Amino acid sequence: MAEFLSLKDAVKKYLKSGDMAAFEGFTHLIPHAAAHEVIRQGIDELTIVRMTPDLIYDQLIGMGLVKKMIFSYAGNPGVGLLRRVRDSIENGWPRSIEIEEHSHAALANAYEAGAAGLPCAVFRGYLGTELQRVNPNIRSVTCPFTGEELAAVPSIRPDVAFIHALKADRKGNVLIEGIVGVQKEAVLAATHSIVTVEEVVDELDTHMNACILLHWTVSAICEVPGGAHPSYAQGYYGRDNKTYIDWDPIAADREKFQAWMEEHVLKQGPDVFAGRIKGLEVTS
Amino acid sequence: MTGHDFTPDEMMAIAASRALSNTDVCFVGIGPPSAACNIARLTHAPDITLIYESGTIGTAPDVLPLSIGDGELCDTALTTVSVTEMFRYWLQGGKITVGFLGAAQIDRFANINTTVVGDYENPTVRLPGGGGAPEIASSSQEIYITMKQSKRGFVEKLDFFTSFGHGEGGDHRERMGIATKGPTLLITDLAIWKPDPVTKELTVVSLHPGTTKERVQQTVSWAVRFSDDLQETPAPTEEELSVLRALKARTAAAHAGNRVETA
Repeated sequence: MAEFLSLKDAVKKYLKSGDMAAFEGFTHLIPHAAAHEVIRQGIDELTIVRMTPDLIYDQLIGMGLVKKMIFSYAGNPGVGLLRRVRDSIENGWPRSIEIEEHSHAALANAYEAGAAGLPCAVFRGYLGTELQRVNPNIRSVTCPFTGEELAAVPSIRPDVAFIHALKADRKGNVLIEGIVGVQKEAVLAATHSIVTVEEVVDELDTHMNACILLHWTVSAICEVPGGAHPSYAQGYYGRDNKTYIDWDPIAADREKFQAWMEEHVLKQGPDVFAGRIKGLEVTS
Repeated sequence: MTGHDFTPDEMMAIAASRALSNTDVCFVGIGPPSAACNIARLTHAPDITLIYESGTIGTAPDVLPLSIGDGELCDTALTTVSVTEMFRYWLQGGKITVGFLGAAQIDRFANINTTVVGDYENPTVRLPGGGGAPEIASSSQEIYITMKQSKRGFVEKLDFFTSFGHGEGGDHRERMGIATKGPTLLITDLAIWKPDPVTKELTVVSLHPGTTKERVQQTVSWAVRFSDDLQETPAPTEEELSVLRALKARTAAAHAGNRVETA
Protein backbone atom coordinates (compact mmCIF):
# COMPACT_ATOMS: atom_id res chain seq x y z
CA MET A 1 0.00 0.00 0.00
CA ALA A 2 1.65 3.19 -1.17
CA GLU A 3 2.78 5.57 1.52
CA PHE A 4 3.88 9.11 0.71
CA LEU A 5 7.29 9.61 2.30
CA SER A 6 10.35 11.78 1.90
CA LEU A 7 13.03 10.00 -0.10
CA LYS A 8 15.26 9.99 2.96
CA ASP A 9 12.63 8.25 5.07
CA ALA A 10 11.69 5.79 2.33
CA VAL A 11 15.29 4.63 1.84
CA LYS A 12 15.80 4.43 5.61
CA LYS A 13 12.63 2.38 6.02
CA TYR A 14 13.06 -0.16 3.22
CA LEU A 15 16.73 -0.64 2.25
CA LYS A 16 19.27 -2.27 4.51
CA SER A 17 22.88 -3.35 4.22
CA GLY A 18 23.27 -6.61 2.27
CA ASP A 19 20.00 -6.24 0.32
CA MET A 20 19.47 -6.92 -3.36
CA ALA A 21 18.36 -3.67 -4.97
CA ALA A 22 17.29 -3.00 -8.54
CA PHE A 23 17.38 0.56 -9.86
CA GLU A 24 15.61 0.39 -13.21
CA GLY A 25 14.89 2.73 -16.06
CA PHE A 26 16.12 1.94 -19.57
CA THR A 27 17.97 5.17 -20.50
CA HIS A 28 14.72 6.96 -19.63
CA LEU A 29 13.54 7.64 -16.04
CA ILE A 30 16.73 6.43 -14.34
CA PRO A 31 16.30 6.90 -10.57
CA HIS A 32 19.39 9.06 -9.96
CA ALA A 33 17.97 10.92 -6.95
CA ALA A 34 17.18 7.62 -5.21
CA ALA A 35 20.67 6.24 -5.84
CA HIS A 36 22.20 9.45 -4.46
CA GLU A 37 20.10 9.10 -1.31
CA VAL A 38 21.36 5.52 -0.86
CA ILE A 39 24.93 6.82 -1.26
CA ARG A 40 24.33 9.54 1.33
CA GLN A 41 23.00 6.98 3.80
CA GLY A 42 26.02 4.76 3.09
CA ILE A 43 23.97 1.55 2.82
CA ASP A 44 26.56 -1.02 1.81
CA GLU A 45 27.23 -4.64 0.87
CA LEU A 46 24.51 -4.30 -1.75
CA THR A 47 23.80 -6.67 -4.61
CA ILE A 48 22.69 -4.34 -7.37
CA VAL A 49 20.75 -5.43 -10.45
CA ARG A 50 20.34 -3.34 -13.55
CA MET A 51 20.30 -4.08 -17.28
CA THR A 52 22.38 -1.02 -18.13
CA PRO A 53 24.42 0.07 -15.08
CA ASP A 54 24.94 3.63 -16.40
CA LEU A 55 26.28 6.46 -14.22
CA ILE A 56 24.35 5.52 -11.07
CA TYR A 57 26.14 2.19 -10.73
CA ASP A 58 29.44 3.82 -11.62
CA GLN A 59 28.76 6.03 -8.59
CA LEU A 60 27.48 3.33 -6.20
CA ILE A 61 30.44 1.08 -7.06
CA GLY A 62 32.95 3.95 -6.93
CA MET A 63 31.71 4.77 -3.42
CA GLY A 64 32.40 1.19 -2.30
CA LEU A 65 28.80 0.27 -1.45
CA VAL A 66 28.50 -2.72 -3.76
CA LYS A 67 29.34 -6.36 -3.13
CA LYS A 68 27.92 -7.78 -6.35
CA MET A 69 26.51 -6.46 -9.62
CA ILE A 70 24.10 -8.33 -11.90
CA PHE A 71 24.00 -6.60 -15.30
CA SER A 72 23.96 -6.90 -19.09
CA TYR A 73 25.56 -3.71 -20.46
CA ALA A 74 27.99 -1.64 -18.40
CA GLY A 75 28.60 1.39 -20.57
CA ASN A 76 28.02 5.13 -20.66
CA PRO A 77 25.67 5.04 -23.67
CA GLY A 78 27.15 6.72 -26.70
CA VAL A 79 30.16 7.93 -24.70
CA GLY A 80 32.18 4.87 -23.77
CA LEU A 81 33.04 2.79 -20.76
CA LEU A 82 32.08 3.12 -17.11
CA ARG A 83 35.42 4.00 -15.56
CA ARG A 84 34.59 3.42 -11.88
CA VAL A 85 33.15 0.01 -12.79
CA ARG A 86 36.32 -0.71 -14.76
CA ASP A 87 38.58 0.40 -11.89
CA SER A 88 36.74 -1.95 -9.55
CA ILE A 89 36.87 -4.93 -11.92
CA GLU A 90 40.38 -4.33 -13.29
CA ASN A 91 42.15 -2.99 -10.16
CA GLY A 92 39.91 -3.76 -7.19
CA TRP A 93 39.46 -0.05 -6.35
CA PRO A 94 37.87 0.91 -4.01
CA ARG A 95 37.08 -2.79 -3.62
CA SER A 96 36.62 -5.84 -5.79
CA ILE A 97 33.07 -6.74 -6.69
CA GLU A 98 31.53 -9.97 -7.82
CA ILE A 99 29.88 -9.71 -11.21
CA GLU A 100 27.11 -11.81 -12.70
CA GLU A 101 26.91 -10.95 -16.37
CA HIS A 102 23.96 -11.60 -18.66
CA SER A 103 22.51 -10.41 -21.94
CA HIS A 104 19.61 -7.93 -22.15
CA ALA A 105 17.23 -10.66 -23.28
CA ALA A 106 18.11 -12.76 -20.22
CA LEU A 107 17.57 -9.97 -17.69
CA ALA A 108 14.37 -8.76 -19.36
CA ASN A 109 13.07 -12.32 -19.18
CA ALA A 110 14.32 -12.71 -15.60
CA TYR A 111 12.45 -9.60 -14.43
CA GLU A 112 9.32 -10.80 -16.17
CA ALA A 113 9.63 -14.21 -14.50
CA GLY A 114 10.08 -12.43 -11.16
CA ALA A 115 6.93 -10.40 -11.74
CA ALA A 116 5.10 -13.59 -12.73
CA GLY A 117 6.16 -15.34 -9.53
CA LEU A 118 8.21 -17.96 -11.36
CA PRO A 119 11.54 -19.35 -10.12
CA CYS A 120 13.23 -19.04 -13.50
CA ALA A 121 12.92 -17.63 -17.00
CA VAL A 122 13.07 -19.76 -20.12
CA PHE A 123 13.91 -18.26 -23.50
CA ARG A 124 15.84 -18.86 -26.72
CA GLY A 125 19.21 -17.29 -26.11
CA TYR A 126 22.91 -17.47 -25.31
CA LEU A 127 23.40 -19.56 -28.47
CA GLY A 128 27.13 -19.91 -29.06
CA THR A 129 28.13 -17.23 -26.56
CA GLU A 130 30.79 -17.69 -23.92
CA LEU A 131 28.79 -16.08 -21.13
CA GLN A 132 27.58 -19.44 -19.81
CA ARG A 133 31.25 -20.43 -19.26
CA VAL A 134 31.76 -17.54 -16.82
CA ASN A 135 28.26 -17.37 -15.30
CA PRO A 136 26.97 -20.52 -13.56
CA ASN A 137 23.50 -18.97 -13.41
CA ILE A 138 23.12 -19.47 -17.15
CA ARG A 139 21.77 -22.97 -17.64
CA SER A 140 19.43 -24.77 -19.99
CA VAL A 141 16.20 -26.74 -19.99
CA THR A 142 14.80 -29.08 -22.60
CA CYS A 143 11.34 -28.33 -23.93
CA PRO A 144 9.15 -31.28 -22.87
CA PHE A 145 7.15 -31.01 -26.10
CA THR A 146 9.71 -30.42 -28.87
CA GLY A 147 13.03 -31.41 -27.31
CA GLU A 148 14.48 -27.96 -28.07
CA GLU A 149 17.19 -26.89 -25.65
CA LEU A 150 16.37 -23.45 -24.25
CA ALA A 151 18.28 -21.06 -22.02
CA ALA A 152 17.23 -20.72 -18.39
CA VAL A 153 18.20 -18.08 -15.82
CA PRO A 154 16.94 -17.50 -12.27
CA SER A 155 14.16 -14.95 -11.96
CA ILE A 156 15.05 -11.63 -10.36
CA ARG A 157 13.26 -10.95 -7.06
CA PRO A 158 14.89 -7.84 -5.54
CA ASP A 159 14.40 -6.89 -1.90
CA VAL A 160 13.82 -3.33 -3.08
CA ALA A 161 13.12 -1.95 -6.55
CA PHE A 162 13.77 1.74 -7.19
CA ILE A 163 12.18 3.46 -10.17
CA HIS A 164 11.44 7.03 -11.21
CA ALA A 165 8.04 7.74 -12.80
CA LEU A 166 6.19 10.68 -14.26
CA LYS A 167 3.40 11.13 -11.77
CA ALA A 168 1.31 9.58 -9.05
CA ASP A 169 -2.24 10.39 -8.04
CA ARG A 170 -3.13 11.06 -4.41
CA LYS A 171 -4.00 7.41 -3.84
CA GLY A 172 -0.52 6.41 -4.99
CA ASN A 173 -1.26 4.98 -8.45
CA VAL A 174 1.81 5.58 -10.61
CA LEU A 175 2.01 6.45 -14.33
CA ILE A 176 4.93 5.58 -16.62
CA GLU A 177 4.90 6.73 -20.23
CA GLY A 178 7.41 6.85 -23.08
CA ILE A 179 10.19 4.28 -22.95
CA VAL A 180 8.74 2.07 -20.21
CA GLY A 181 11.71 -0.32 -20.04
CA VAL A 182 11.38 -3.03 -17.39
CA GLN A 183 10.18 -0.84 -14.53
CA LYS A 184 6.74 -2.41 -14.19
CA GLU A 185 8.34 -5.87 -14.07
CA ALA A 186 11.00 -4.76 -11.55
CA VAL A 187 8.40 -3.31 -9.17
CA LEU A 188 6.06 -6.30 -9.42
CA ALA A 189 9.01 -8.67 -8.88
CA ALA A 190 10.30 -6.90 -5.76
CA THR A 191 9.39 -7.32 -2.10
CA HIS A 192 9.33 -3.53 -1.64
CA SER A 193 9.45 -0.67 -4.09
CA ILE A 194 10.34 3.00 -3.84
CA VAL A 195 9.01 5.22 -6.60
CA THR A 196 10.20 8.79 -7.06
CA VAL A 197 7.86 10.89 -9.22
CA GLU A 198 8.00 14.25 -10.96
CA GLU A 199 4.73 15.31 -9.37
CA VAL A 200 1.69 14.18 -7.40
CA VAL A 201 -1.59 15.10 -9.10
CA ASP A 202 -5.33 14.77 -8.52
CA GLU A 203 -5.93 12.83 -11.74
CA LEU A 204 -3.43 10.81 -13.82
CA ASP A 205 -5.38 12.00 -16.89
CA THR A 206 -4.18 9.27 -19.23
CA HIS A 207 -5.51 6.74 -21.70
CA MET A 208 -7.11 3.33 -21.18
CA ASN A 209 -4.00 1.27 -21.99
CA ALA A 210 -1.53 3.31 -19.98
CA CYS A 211 1.26 1.67 -18.00
CA ILE A 212 0.05 2.09 -14.43
CA LEU A 213 1.37 0.61 -11.23
CA LEU A 214 -1.54 0.22 -8.83
CA HIS A 215 -1.09 1.89 -5.45
CA TRP A 216 -1.16 -1.45 -3.64
CA THR A 217 1.91 -2.66 -5.61
CA VAL A 218 4.10 0.22 -4.40
CA SER A 219 5.64 0.67 -0.94
CA ALA A 220 6.66 4.32 -0.98
CA ILE A 221 6.16 7.32 -3.25
CA CYS A 222 8.47 10.30 -3.02
CA GLU A 223 7.93 13.51 -4.94
CA VAL A 224 11.32 14.49 -6.38
CA PRO A 225 11.04 16.81 -9.40
CA GLY A 226 14.01 16.28 -11.71
CA GLY A 227 14.81 13.02 -9.93
CA ALA A 228 15.94 11.27 -13.11
CA HIS A 229 18.57 13.87 -14.12
CA PRO A 230 20.83 13.52 -16.16
CA SER A 231 18.43 10.93 -17.56
CA TYR A 232 15.09 12.33 -18.62
CA ALA A 233 11.34 12.25 -18.04
CA GLN A 234 9.09 12.08 -21.10
CA GLY A 235 7.11 15.29 -21.44
CA TYR A 236 8.93 16.99 -18.54
CA TYR A 237 12.60 17.43 -19.51
CA GLY A 238 15.12 16.09 -21.99
CA ARG A 239 18.17 13.90 -21.49
CA ASP A 240 21.17 15.96 -20.42
CA ASN A 241 23.57 14.46 -22.92
CA LYS A 242 26.24 16.99 -22.07
CA THR A 243 26.37 15.77 -18.46
CA TYR A 244 26.76 12.20 -19.71
CA ILE A 245 29.65 13.30 -21.91
CA ASP A 246 31.18 15.40 -19.09
CA TRP A 247 31.02 12.44 -16.70
CA ASP A 248 33.74 10.56 -18.52
CA PRO A 249 36.76 12.67 -17.44
CA ILE A 250 35.37 12.96 -13.88
CA ALA A 251 34.98 9.19 -13.53
CA ALA A 252 38.38 8.57 -15.13
CA ASP A 253 40.24 10.00 -12.12
CA ARG A 254 39.80 8.69 -8.56
CA GLU A 255 40.40 12.04 -6.84
CA LYS A 256 38.20 13.97 -9.27
CA PHE A 257 35.46 11.40 -8.77
CA GLN A 258 35.63 11.61 -4.97
CA ALA A 259 35.63 15.40 -5.02
CA TRP A 260 32.65 15.42 -7.38
CA MET A 261 30.67 12.98 -5.22
CA GLU A 262 31.45 15.03 -2.11
CA GLU A 263 30.29 18.26 -3.75
CA HIS A 264 27.30 17.06 -5.78
CA VAL A 265 25.96 14.11 -3.78
CA LEU A 266 27.14 13.93 -0.16
CA LYS A 267 26.63 17.65 0.54
CA GLN A 268 23.26 17.82 -1.23
CA GLY A 269 19.72 16.54 -0.81
CA PRO A 270 16.96 15.40 -3.19
CA ASP A 271 15.79 19.00 -3.62
CA VAL A 272 18.84 19.82 -5.72
CA PHE A 273 17.46 17.86 -8.69
CA ALA A 274 14.74 20.40 -9.49
CA GLY A 275 17.47 22.95 -10.27
CA ARG A 276 19.49 20.54 -12.40
CA ILE A 277 16.81 20.34 -15.08
CA LYS A 278 16.62 24.11 -15.63
CA GLY A 279 16.82 24.77 -19.35
CA LEU A 280 16.08 21.14 -20.22
CA GLU A 281 12.32 21.43 -19.75
CA VAL A 282 10.12 20.31 -22.59
CA THR A 283 8.43 23.37 -24.05
CA SER A 284 5.48 22.50 -26.24
CA MET B 1 43.42 7.52 -56.66
CA THR B 2 43.54 10.45 -54.26
CA GLY B 3 41.75 13.66 -53.57
CA HIS B 4 38.40 12.20 -52.52
CA ASP B 5 36.10 14.73 -50.94
CA PHE B 6 34.67 12.33 -48.36
CA THR B 7 36.16 10.62 -45.34
CA PRO B 8 36.53 6.85 -44.73
CA ASP B 9 33.93 7.14 -41.94
CA GLU B 10 31.47 8.75 -44.34
CA MET B 11 32.09 6.03 -46.92
CA MET B 12 31.52 3.40 -44.23
CA ALA B 13 28.19 4.86 -43.09
CA ILE B 14 26.96 5.34 -46.65
CA ALA B 15 28.05 1.89 -47.88
CA ALA B 16 26.29 0.39 -44.86
CA SER B 17 23.12 2.39 -45.52
CA ARG B 18 22.93 1.03 -49.08
CA ALA B 19 22.62 -2.53 -47.76
CA LEU B 20 19.22 -1.78 -46.24
CA SER B 21 15.96 -1.89 -48.16
CA ASN B 22 12.60 -0.20 -47.86
CA THR B 23 10.94 -3.38 -46.60
CA ASP B 24 13.50 -4.19 -43.90
CA VAL B 25 12.66 -4.37 -40.23
CA CYS B 26 15.98 -3.40 -38.73
CA PHE B 27 17.13 -3.80 -35.11
CA VAL B 28 19.58 -0.93 -34.72
CA GLY B 29 22.68 -1.15 -32.55
CA ILE B 30 24.27 1.95 -31.05
CA GLY B 31 27.03 3.92 -32.81
CA PRO B 32 27.86 3.41 -36.49
CA PRO B 33 24.78 1.23 -37.19
CA SER B 34 22.53 4.09 -36.08
CA ALA B 35 24.04 6.46 -38.66
CA ALA B 36 23.76 3.88 -41.45
CA CYS B 37 20.14 3.01 -40.71
CA ASN B 38 19.03 6.62 -40.55
CA ILE B 39 20.82 7.57 -43.79
CA ALA B 40 18.96 4.70 -45.44
CA ARG B 41 15.68 6.02 -44.05
CA LEU B 42 16.44 9.55 -45.25
CA THR B 43 17.48 8.47 -48.76
CA HIS B 44 16.41 5.29 -50.57
CA ALA B 45 14.43 3.49 -47.86
CA PRO B 46 11.85 5.93 -46.44
CA ASP B 47 9.54 3.13 -45.29
CA ILE B 48 12.17 1.07 -43.44
CA THR B 49 11.09 0.07 -39.93
CA LEU B 50 13.80 0.99 -37.45
CA ILE B 51 13.64 -0.66 -34.06
CA TYR B 52 15.80 0.14 -31.03
CA GLU B 53 16.10 -2.21 -28.08
CA SER B 54 14.63 0.42 -25.75
CA GLY B 55 11.26 -0.58 -27.23
CA THR B 56 10.76 2.05 -29.91
CA ILE B 57 9.29 0.63 -33.13
CA GLY B 58 9.11 2.51 -36.44
CA THR B 59 11.18 5.39 -35.17
CA ALA B 60 12.33 8.33 -37.32
CA PRO B 61 14.72 10.50 -35.30
CA ASP B 62 15.70 13.92 -36.63
CA VAL B 63 19.10 13.63 -34.93
CA LEU B 64 21.18 10.56 -34.14
CA PRO B 65 20.53 9.38 -30.59
CA LEU B 66 23.46 9.36 -28.16
CA SER B 67 21.95 6.32 -26.46
CA ILE B 68 19.52 3.67 -27.69
CA GLY B 69 16.86 5.18 -25.45
CA ASP B 70 16.94 8.91 -26.22
CA GLY B 71 13.57 10.67 -26.04
CA GLU B 72 13.90 11.52 -29.73
CA LEU B 73 13.41 7.83 -30.56
CA CYS B 74 10.19 7.58 -28.55
CA ASP B 75 8.84 10.94 -29.76
CA THR B 76 9.08 9.86 -33.40
CA ALA B 77 8.14 6.16 -33.04
CA LEU B 78 4.95 4.58 -34.25
CA THR B 79 4.71 2.74 -30.95
CA THR B 80 6.87 2.00 -27.93
CA VAL B 81 6.70 -1.35 -26.14
CA SER B 82 8.34 -2.62 -22.97
CA VAL B 83 11.88 -3.97 -23.15
CA THR B 84 10.60 -7.43 -22.20
CA GLU B 85 8.11 -7.39 -25.08
CA MET B 86 10.83 -6.12 -27.42
CA PHE B 87 13.12 -9.05 -26.71
CA ARG B 88 10.44 -11.72 -26.39
CA TYR B 89 7.92 -11.02 -29.17
CA TRP B 90 9.74 -8.88 -31.71
CA LEU B 91 13.28 -10.27 -31.59
CA GLN B 92 12.86 -13.84 -30.31
CA GLY B 93 9.58 -14.08 -32.26
CA GLY B 94 11.51 -13.74 -35.52
CA LYS B 95 10.06 -10.41 -36.66
CA ILE B 96 13.44 -8.73 -37.31
CA THR B 97 14.87 -9.05 -40.83
CA VAL B 98 18.23 -7.39 -40.14
CA GLY B 99 20.15 -6.94 -36.92
CA PHE B 100 22.78 -4.24 -37.30
CA LEU B 101 25.70 -4.55 -34.90
CA GLY B 102 29.02 -2.89 -34.13
CA ALA B 103 31.95 -4.65 -32.47
CA ALA B 104 35.14 -4.09 -30.51
CA GLN B 105 36.77 -7.28 -31.83
CA ILE B 106 35.83 -9.49 -34.77
CA ASP B 107 37.43 -12.65 -36.15
CA ARG B 108 37.54 -14.12 -39.67
CA PHE B 109 34.20 -15.90 -39.15
CA ALA B 110 32.42 -12.73 -37.97
CA ASN B 111 32.22 -13.75 -34.33
CA ILE B 112 32.10 -10.70 -32.09
CA ASN B 113 33.63 -9.70 -28.76
CA THR B 114 32.31 -6.70 -26.82
CA THR B 115 32.97 -8.10 -23.34
CA VAL B 116 36.66 -7.99 -22.32
CA VAL B 117 40.14 -7.50 -23.71
CA GLY B 118 42.33 -10.12 -22.04
CA ASP B 119 41.16 -12.70 -19.53
CA TYR B 120 37.54 -12.52 -18.30
CA GLU B 121 38.47 -12.81 -14.62
CA ASN B 122 41.37 -10.33 -14.85
CA PRO B 123 40.68 -8.21 -17.92
CA THR B 124 43.12 -5.71 -19.39
CA VAL B 125 40.09 -3.71 -20.49
CA ARG B 126 36.58 -4.33 -19.26
CA LEU B 127 34.28 -3.47 -22.20
CA PRO B 128 30.55 -2.77 -21.71
CA GLY B 129 29.41 -6.31 -22.48
CA GLY B 130 26.87 -7.92 -24.76
CA GLY B 131 23.71 -5.95 -24.06
CA GLY B 132 21.22 -7.03 -26.69
CA ALA B 133 23.81 -8.38 -29.12
CA PRO B 134 24.00 -12.10 -28.21
CA GLU B 135 20.31 -12.63 -29.02
CA ILE B 136 20.22 -10.07 -31.85
CA ALA B 137 22.96 -12.21 -33.45
CA SER B 138 20.99 -15.45 -33.17
CA SER B 139 17.36 -14.29 -33.55
CA SER B 140 17.51 -11.71 -36.37
CA GLN B 141 17.02 -13.27 -39.79
CA GLU B 142 20.46 -11.95 -40.80
CA ILE B 143 23.17 -9.71 -39.38
CA TYR B 144 25.08 -6.79 -40.80
CA ILE B 145 28.16 -5.60 -38.93
CA THR B 146 29.84 -2.23 -39.28
CA MET B 147 33.15 -1.24 -37.66
CA LYS B 148 36.45 0.44 -38.48
CA GLN B 149 39.38 -1.76 -39.42
CA SER B 150 42.40 -2.06 -37.12
CA LYS B 151 44.75 -4.84 -36.07
CA ARG B 152 43.38 -4.49 -32.54
CA GLY B 153 39.84 -5.02 -33.76
CA PHE B 154 40.38 -7.60 -36.52
CA VAL B 155 41.96 -10.38 -34.50
CA GLU B 156 43.17 -13.91 -35.17
CA LYS B 157 41.48 -15.13 -31.99
CA LEU B 158 38.78 -13.39 -29.94
CA ASP B 159 39.47 -12.79 -26.26
CA PHE B 160 35.81 -13.60 -25.58
CA PHE B 161 32.84 -14.91 -27.61
CA THR B 162 30.08 -12.41 -26.90
CA SER B 163 27.97 -12.92 -30.02
CA PHE B 164 28.14 -15.95 -32.28
CA GLY B 165 28.75 -15.31 -35.97
CA HIS B 166 29.77 -18.35 -37.98
CA GLY B 167 31.71 -20.01 -35.14
CA GLU B 168 34.48 -22.07 -36.65
CA GLY B 169 32.99 -21.65 -40.12
CA GLY B 170 31.22 -24.03 -42.50
CA ASP B 171 27.96 -25.37 -41.08
CA HIS B 172 28.80 -24.50 -37.46
CA ARG B 173 25.66 -22.38 -37.01
CA GLU B 174 23.38 -25.23 -38.08
CA ARG B 175 25.25 -27.64 -35.82
CA MET B 176 24.61 -25.25 -32.94
CA GLY B 177 20.89 -25.38 -33.72
CA ILE B 178 20.78 -21.76 -34.89
CA ALA B 179 18.26 -21.44 -37.69
CA THR B 180 19.05 -17.86 -38.80
CA LYS B 181 21.60 -16.81 -41.44
CA GLY B 182 23.95 -14.93 -39.13
CA PRO B 183 26.41 -12.32 -40.43
CA THR B 184 25.98 -11.82 -44.19
CA LEU B 185 27.76 -8.48 -44.54
CA LEU B 186 30.57 -6.52 -42.91
CA ILE B 187 31.04 -2.89 -43.89
CA THR B 188 34.21 -1.12 -42.76
CA ASP B 189 35.94 2.19 -43.44
CA LEU B 190 38.00 0.45 -46.15
CA ALA B 191 35.93 -2.30 -47.71
CA ILE B 192 32.85 -4.49 -47.94
CA TRP B 193 33.20 -8.10 -46.81
CA LYS B 194 30.91 -11.10 -47.23
CA PRO B 195 31.24 -14.61 -45.81
CA ASP B 196 32.33 -17.26 -48.32
CA PRO B 197 29.23 -19.31 -49.25
CA VAL B 198 30.88 -22.57 -48.12
CA THR B 199 33.66 -21.86 -45.60
CA LYS B 200 31.94 -18.74 -44.18
CA GLU B 201 35.29 -16.97 -43.93
CA LEU B 202 34.89 -13.22 -44.39
CA THR B 203 36.08 -12.27 -47.87
CA VAL B 204 36.66 -8.80 -49.25
CA VAL B 205 34.26 -8.29 -52.16
CA SER B 206 34.61 -4.53 -52.68
CA LEU B 207 37.30 -1.96 -51.93
CA HIS B 208 36.27 1.60 -51.16
CA PRO B 209 37.61 4.23 -53.59
CA GLY B 210 41.31 4.91 -52.98
CA THR B 211 41.84 1.79 -50.83
CA THR B 212 44.36 -0.89 -51.75
CA LYS B 213 44.57 -4.58 -50.86
CA GLU B 214 47.77 -3.77 -48.95
CA ARG B 215 45.98 -1.17 -46.84
CA VAL B 216 43.24 -3.68 -45.99
CA GLN B 217 45.82 -6.32 -45.03
CA GLN B 218 47.74 -3.83 -42.83
CA THR B 219 44.67 -3.41 -40.63
CA VAL B 220 43.82 -7.10 -40.19
CA SER B 221 45.62 -9.72 -38.06
CA TRP B 222 44.88 -12.68 -40.32
CA ALA B 223 45.74 -13.34 -43.98
CA VAL B 224 42.88 -11.61 -45.79
CA ARG B 225 41.01 -13.39 -48.59
CA PHE B 226 39.94 -11.23 -51.51
CA SER B 227 37.20 -12.15 -53.95
CA ASP B 228 38.29 -13.15 -57.48
CA ASP B 229 35.69 -10.67 -58.63
CA LEU B 230 36.84 -7.75 -56.50
CA GLN B 231 34.74 -4.62 -57.05
CA GLU B 232 35.19 -0.96 -56.21
CA THR B 233 32.52 0.51 -53.95
CA PRO B 234 30.76 3.36 -55.74
CA ALA B 235 31.72 6.69 -54.18
CA PRO B 236 29.09 8.50 -52.13
CA THR B 237 26.66 10.52 -54.20
CA GLU B 238 26.05 14.22 -53.56
CA GLU B 239 22.68 13.35 -52.03
CA GLU B 240 24.09 10.69 -49.69
CA LEU B 241 26.85 12.99 -48.50
CA SER B 242 24.58 15.98 -47.95
CA VAL B 243 22.05 13.87 -46.01
CA LEU B 244 24.78 12.37 -43.83
CA ARG B 245 26.48 15.71 -43.16
CA ALA B 246 23.22 17.46 -42.35
CA LEU B 247 22.31 14.62 -39.97
CA LYS B 248 25.73 14.82 -38.28
CA ALA B 249 25.48 18.61 -37.98
CA ARG B 250 22.00 18.44 -36.41
CA THR B 251 23.26 15.74 -34.06
CA ALA B 252 26.36 17.69 -32.99
CA ALA B 253 24.27 20.78 -32.30
CA ALA B 254 21.76 18.76 -30.27
CA HIS B 255 24.37 17.00 -28.12
CA ALA B 256 26.81 19.89 -27.59
CA GLY B 257 24.56 21.42 -25.01
CA ASN B 258 20.91 20.71 -25.34
CA ARG B 259 19.75 23.26 -22.82
CA VAL B 260 17.22 25.74 -24.03
CA GLU B 261 18.02 29.34 -23.15
CA THR B 262 15.40 30.48 -20.69
CA ALA B 263 14.68 34.16 -20.39
